[in-house]
Amino acid sequence: MINIKGLHKSYQMGSNSLHVLKGIDFEVKEGELVAIMGSSGSGKSTLLNIIGMLDNYDKGSYELDNVVIKNMDETKAANYRNKFLGFIFQSFNLINYKTALENVILPLYYQGVDRKTREAKALKYLDDVGLKNWATHMPNELSGGQKQRVAVARAMVAEPKVLLADELTGALDSKTSKEVMDLIQKINEKGKTILVVTHEEDIARMCKRIVRLKDGVIVEDKKITQKKAL
Amino acid sequence: MFNRDRWFEIFETIKNNKLRTFLAGFTVALGILIFIVLFGFGNGLENTLKEYFKDDKFNTIFISGGRTSKPFGGYESNRRIELTNEDMAEISEKFDFFIEGITPRVTISSEVGYKLKSNNYTIRGVGPHHQYNEMTIMMFGRYLNEMDIMNKEKNIVIGRLIKQDLFGDETAIGKYLTGGGRSWKVVGVFQDDTGDNEERTIYAPYTTMQKILKNTDEVDQIILSYNESIGYDGALELERKLKTFLKNKKKIDPSDPRGIRLRSASKDLKENQDFSDALAYIILLVGIGTLLAGVIGISNIMVFVVKERTKEFGIRKAIGATPNSIIAMVLQEAIFITTISGYFGLFVGVGILSSLGDTLEKDYYITDPYVDLNTAITATIMLIIFGAIAGYIPARRASKIKPIIALNAK
Repeated sequence: MINIKGLHKSYQMGSNSLHVLKGIDFEVKEGELVAIMGSSGSGKSTLLNIIGMLDNYDKGSYELDNVVIKNMDETKAANYRNKFLGFIFQSFNLINYKTALENVILPLYYQGVDRKTREAKALKYLDDVGLKNWATHMPNELSGGQKQRVAVARAMVAEPKVLLADELTGALDSKTSKEVMDLIQKINEKGKTILVVTHEEDIARMCKRIVRLKDGVIVEDKKITQKKAL
Repeated sequence: MFNRDRWFEIFETIKNNKLRTFLAGFTVALGILIFIVLFGFGNGLENTLKEYFKDDKFNTIFISGGRTSKPFGGYESNRRIELTNEDMAEISEKFDFFIEGITPRVTISSEVGYKLKSNNYTIRGVGPHHQYNEMTIMMFGRYLNEMDIMNKEKNIVIGRLIKQDLFGDETAIGKYLTGGGRSWKVVGVFQDDTGDNEERTIYAPYTTMQKILKNTDEVDQIILSYNESIGYDGALELERKLKTFLKNKKKIDPSDPRGIRLRSASKDLKENQDFSDALAYIILLVGIGTLLAGVIGISNIMVFVVKERTKEFGIRKAIGATPNSIIAMVLQEAIFITTISGYFGLFVGVGILSSLGDTLEKDYYITDPYVDLNTAITATIMLIIFGAIAGYIPARRASKIKPIIALNAK
C-alpha cells in the first residue's frame, strides 16, 4: 500500500539546513496497523506529513497504492488526499462553527457527493463511532474523546485507503485514549490500513507493528503481538 | 457561482461568524454611505454656486456708447457716441434671427416719495423684455407692458424693499408715488434673487422717461437676449457682428476699441462653467478618496479574516479542498457581504441626503444635495470589485500555504 525508498527531507531554518529525514526505507501492506515511534525531533511527524501529502520530500521515492507521489500541484494533492487518505490529528482539528455532522459531511462535500447521500453516509459513520445522538452538537459541546471520535468518523467517511493518525491520543486522558484506540483497532479489523504516530509506549503496543525513528533514520522495525485496548 | 451547495456552505459560514460578517459589512456600508453623503454635499455646493450666477440671464448682451479714441470719417476722436431708439429698432430688425428680445435702459437717480416718506432711488426706463433679462420676479401686480411703452404711461413697477420702505404693510398697487415733480402709479411689486440693490430699483416705461425727464430718444444701454441654441461660439460671433454693425452705422474706426462697449454674460458663463468643472473635479477626487479608504478598510478586514481562517483552510485542505475551492469560498462570501451591505449603505446614504433636503442651504451653502443613482451604483460596484480583489490576494496566499503549516497556525 505504501512504498517508500531512500526518502530525504531537509528544512531551511534561515541560513541553516535541518536534515530531518536521512534516507527512510519503509513499506506498509494493506490491512496493517503500524505505530511510528520516536522522541520529538526524530522525524516521525515529518514522515507522516509526507505520507499524508501534507508536505513535500526532497529525495527518494514514495508510492501510495501504486501511484507515484512526487511534486504534485496542490489541486492534484487535494484530490488524492480526499480519495486515498483520512487524517486524525492530536488537536482534533474540527471546524468549530460546524456541528459534528457537518464536520463529518465535509470530505464528501469536497468529493461532490449529493446532499442527501452525504448526509445519510455521514450519519452512518457518526453512528459507527457511537455519536449519532450528538450529530447536531457543536465541537465545543463535546468532550475530548467525543471530538476525537467525530474526527475519526470524518477521516473514515470518505472511505480512504489509509488512515493517518498523528498523536491522536495526545490530548486525551488514559481512559479516553483506550476507548479511541479500541475504535481504531475495530476499524483495522475491518481491513483498513492505519498508521499511528505516537511517543506513548502503551499506545504503540495496541498496534501490530512498531517502527522506531531516531535522528531521521529507522532504527527498529518489528511486528508485535497486539494488545487489546479494552 | 450558482452551486447550491456552495451557497449553503457560505450562508452557514456567515451565520456562524456574525461578528466578522458584521465588521466587513459595516466597513463597506459606511464607505458607501460616506461617499454618497460627501458626493451629495459636493453637488449641493455646486448647486449653490449656480444660484450665485443667477442674477442676469447668461444669454444677455449689454451695449452702450462710449467715446471714440480715433478720428474717423471726418470726425475727431473723443467724440461721444449716443445710442438711440432707432439703433435699437435696427438691431432688432437686422439680427431678428438671433434675438429673443430687446430692451433699452435709461437710468436716472431721483428722490421718490409717498406721503411723508421719501428716499433716493434708481429709476430705470426699460421695455417689457427687461423682466426676462434681469429675471425679475413679480410679487404683486404686473410688469410694464407694450401699452405702457406706446402710450408713455406714468406706470411704474417698484422693488420689494421700496414697497417696504414707503408703504410698510400698506398695499402699494394702485397708489401714486411722487418723483421728479410728477406722480407715478404703482402697477407692480417685484423681487429679485440677487439682493438688496436690485430690490431698491424702480422700473418705468423708457418712452415715458425719455419724454418727461430727458426729452431725447437717447438710451444709456441696449440690452438684448439671444437664442441660447447658438451656443458660446455663436454668441461671440453675434457680439462681433453687432459691434461691426454699430461701428459702421456710427462712423467709428473699425479698429477703435472704444466708441461702442459690449458686455455679455457669455464670458462670465464660461468662467462659471470652468469653476463648476473645477469643483466637479474636486468632488470626484473626494469621492475617489472615500472609495479608496473603503477599499483599504475592506482589504484590512479581508486580510484579518483570511488570517483568522488559516487553520480552517488547512483542515479543509487536509480533507480534500482544492486551492481554488478555498479562493472561491472566500471570494464568494466577500462579494456576497459587500454587495448586500454596499447596497444597504447606498440606500441609507440616499435616504439621508433626501431627508436633509434644503436644511443645510442657509448655514452651509449646500443646496439640494443629491447623488444620481448611476454614480451611486457605479461606486458600489467599484467597491465590490475592489473588495473582491482585496480578498483575492490574501485568499490566494492562504490557499497556497501547505496544509501542515496552516494546521499548525494558532
